[in-house]
Amino acid sequence: MIMRRVAIVGVGMTEFGEHWELGYRELVAQAGVRAIEDAKLQGVKIDALYGGTMAAGKLIGQEHITALIADYMGLNPIPATRVEAACASGGVALRTGYMAVASGMHDVVVVGGAEKMTDVPTGEAAIALGGAGDQEWELFMGATFPALYALAARRHMYEYGTTREMLASVAVKNHANGAKNPYAHFRKEISLQAVLDSKMIADPLTIFDCSPISDGAAAVILMPLEKAKEHTDMPIEILASTQASDTLALHSRKSLTELMATKVAVRRALEATKMTPKDIDVCEVHDCFTIAEIMAIEDLGFFEKGKGGQATLDGETALNSKISINTSGGLKACGHPVGATGVKQAVEITWQLRGEAQNGRQVKGAEIGMTHNVGGSGATCVIHVMKRAD
Amino acid sequence: MTGTGLALTWRKIPERYNLLGSHCDNCGENFFPIRNICPNCRRKGRMGGTKFSGKGVIYSHTFVTSPPTGFELEAPYAIAIVQLAEGPKLTAQIVDGDYEKVKIGAPVEMVFRKIQEDGKEGLIHYGFKFKLI
Amino acid sequence: MNGKTVGIVGYGSYVPKFRIDAEEITRIWGEEAKRVKEGLGIQEKSVPDIDEDAATLAVEAARNAVKHAGIDSKEIGALYVGSESHPYAVKPTATIVAEAIGATPNLTAVDMEFACKAGTAAIQCCMGMCVAGMFKYGMAIGSDTSQGRPGDALEYSAGAGAAAFIIGTENLVAEIEATCSFTTDTPDFWRRPGADFPSHGGRFTGEPAYFKHVISASKMLIEKTGVKPAELDYAVFHQPNGKFPLQAAKMLGIPAEKVKQGLITPYIGNTYSAASLLGLNSVLDVAKPGERILMTSFGSGAGSDAFLIRVLDGIEKKRGRARSLQSYVDEKEYVEYGVYVKHRRKLKSL
Repeated sequence: MIMRRVAIVGVGMTEFGEHWELGYRELVAQAGVRAIEDAKLQGVKIDALYGGTMAAGKLIGQEHITALIADYMGLNPIPATRVEAACASGGVALRTGYMAVASGMHDVVVVGGAEKMTDVPTGEAAIALGGAGDQEWELFMGATFPALYALAARRHMYEYGTTREMLASVAVKNHANGAKNPYAHFRKEISLQAVLDSKMIADPLTIFDCSPISDGAAAVILMPLEKAKEHTDMPIEILASTQASDTLALHSRKSLTELMATKVAVRRALEATKMTPKDIDVCEVHDCFTIAEIMAIEDLGFFEKGKGGQATLDGETALNSKISINTSGGLKACGHPVGATGVKQAVEITWQLRGEAQNGRQVKGAEIGMTHNVGGSGATCVIHVMKRAD
Repeated sequence: MTGTGLALTWRKIPERYNLLGSHCDNCGENFFPIRNICPNCRRKGRMGGTKFSGKGVIYSHTFVTSPPTGFELEAPYAIAIVQLAEGPKLTAQIVDGDYEKVKIGAPVEMVFRKIQEDGKEGLIHYGFKFKLI
Repeated sequence: MNGKTVGIVGYGSYVPKFRIDAEEITRIWGEEAKRVKEGLGIQEKSVPDIDEDAATLAVEAARNAVKHAGIDSKEIGALYVGSESHPYAVKPTATIVAEAIGATPNLTAVDMEFACKAGTAAIQCCMGMCVAGMFKYGMAIGSDTSQGRPGDALEYSAGAGAAAFIIGTENLVAEIEATCSFTTDTPDFWRRPGADFPSHGGRFTGEPAYFKHVISASKMLIEKTGVKPAELDYAVFHQPNGKFPLQAAKMLGIPAEKVKQGLITPYIGNTYSAASLLGLNSVLDVAKPGERILMTSFGSGAGSDAFLIRVLDGIEKKRGRARSLQSYVDEKEYVEYGVYVKHRRKLKSL
């Protein structure tokens, strides 16, 4: 099958955070309009919309969410399709849009991701997020998401000697990046000691080891690469879009310290692009919890298994170091409006590859970027490799 | 409460009360909870029922101090992934106090407890938890 | 009975791990610890965990009983749970237990309530049905997470525990030689629907209630069987506190030493429906073949069931199959009054 090359021609997002005055529809409209303006789409017909949202039913009582998005973005009557893969909803929506353009089915596609999470109390948001795991055999037993990642963290500490300080260093680094990102939920640096001293949520994870509950939306516009050049001088080509799955429940996995779905998806992405991890200049990884980033940078091949914690503590993942990880601040500091996250990662990498990252968080000479978006405790992983088109 | 309805809880009673799972006669692997299709053998699999002994060891553990809705009264509580003697792993609370003694490798056995209650007037959901031996 | 031998095939117990010392309770209410402990004959009482109730206690005891008896639980034809703290007002505890021990679906099951004697009433039902040949085995359980109003004398005594007995006509560890009951309408202790805690008649619960019924039922049994108090090796009575059973024994001419093995309320409190059954359990754990036991329960409202039990040779080979009551009594962790209040959900907002 001959596939068309696909590029991102426009990106936009809302600030992530607690948007008390904005509802779901206002958030998606804001991100959508920013992406459409960025793509200079005036007068161009949009063919289709793919939206990633995890739990609108539980969080705002609204299903049929992409019909709402198409409506409030004034895009009727284009086809609008919801994509749901828990916290990977945004990334899988992007992949679905990518496939639609690559296949020749559609020419101009909007991919959005959004979540409005602060309209319910925190305990109920925790229940909604718990649905990303095994509702009947994990959440039912009282295992929240922090608890599941804490189980992985405890095992990583046991198998590899990873320490609380190493976990905390992920939060410190991501807050340092988030402090430079005007879109971030948390725009301030924190100290290692502050993380260690913060309230325990699920031992060994403290509140600062966890990503926050945020509102927000992000959108990207996709086109065939050839057509993209008519709209922008700097189309960002999606070189690979891969996805893999694993057991829904954490306890069903052979290992708690690696995500098989990540390893499979990244292997396929690197094979498709004939690259190695060394070729990646900047990567947005799924750090819903600090341990998740440590496992991610190992599973993606940036560091040996078991060495991710020490590498982070040593600063090897900081901005403009060995590999710049989560320049946006990641889920940890930029925020984690669940369905928006995967799309936001693509927005950040687009800015990085265009050289447009603001406030001193630009990775010098960034040419190839990667996004790594995980659903649940690792049952879905979707990876995109992106490059500034020549 | 996590939205588990009456029929959902009712269907799970055999697994939750008595640790019923599946065994594949083709590859020999045990599974919990019940699966209809062996993920190793798929169509070649020959799945049958099995009942686990309720003995196992702690594979990993945590202590939840920030509970979700429905677990406020139980907090703080220990959660573990328990590896059953017959192989499969599952997630369960570890009861009877003393989190200090909950360690990877510690032997545990199944006990019967309330898992959740649908408020003061709703259904009580019972099932397995584990305690240190 | 009626020419047929009927008795106990196996038994099991369960007591929650947590304890509260009577002294800790006196601290809250400004009473003198020594006076309370001596007055009630209770040192400490068991406290269920927040996720335990009469059903979970009953399941643990029932599982131990099945293990001890060494039977296939599918052969249990009747399962009765006596309790005054059934988790549901309507919906049986017995079905939960039956499912959890794998006895479903071919059995009859029902919940019973007669204050503290529903468990012994359940044994009588099982005896009759086994003798009638309706099924091979019946299971009788007494289980309670007993209630007591904060500050009330009951707060020092109301404990939690469960005992399960498998009744049958063969493969016995002990024969029930005879049973009889003494019942009147005596309002000494009650709980109305929707009330959180029981009400009681204070000293009225003693002489006209407990003693009148326990002594009358015991004497009836002695007359009926012709057994002499001196021929009894053990006597077990309902034990709302540590004192009443000793007084009852004295009134019947039974020396205190024969009561002590079956007196466990001083260590775990009054476990209501489980109290006399746990006492019997404790005796059977040490009794030798040929020894004879008098057990008399008491339930407020009021009635007593008396049993004459003879230990059989079969008891020896089943010993150690399931966890002993003593091991539950010994495994304990003390809690403060605040934790106890949380576990028992005594705060109105809980």
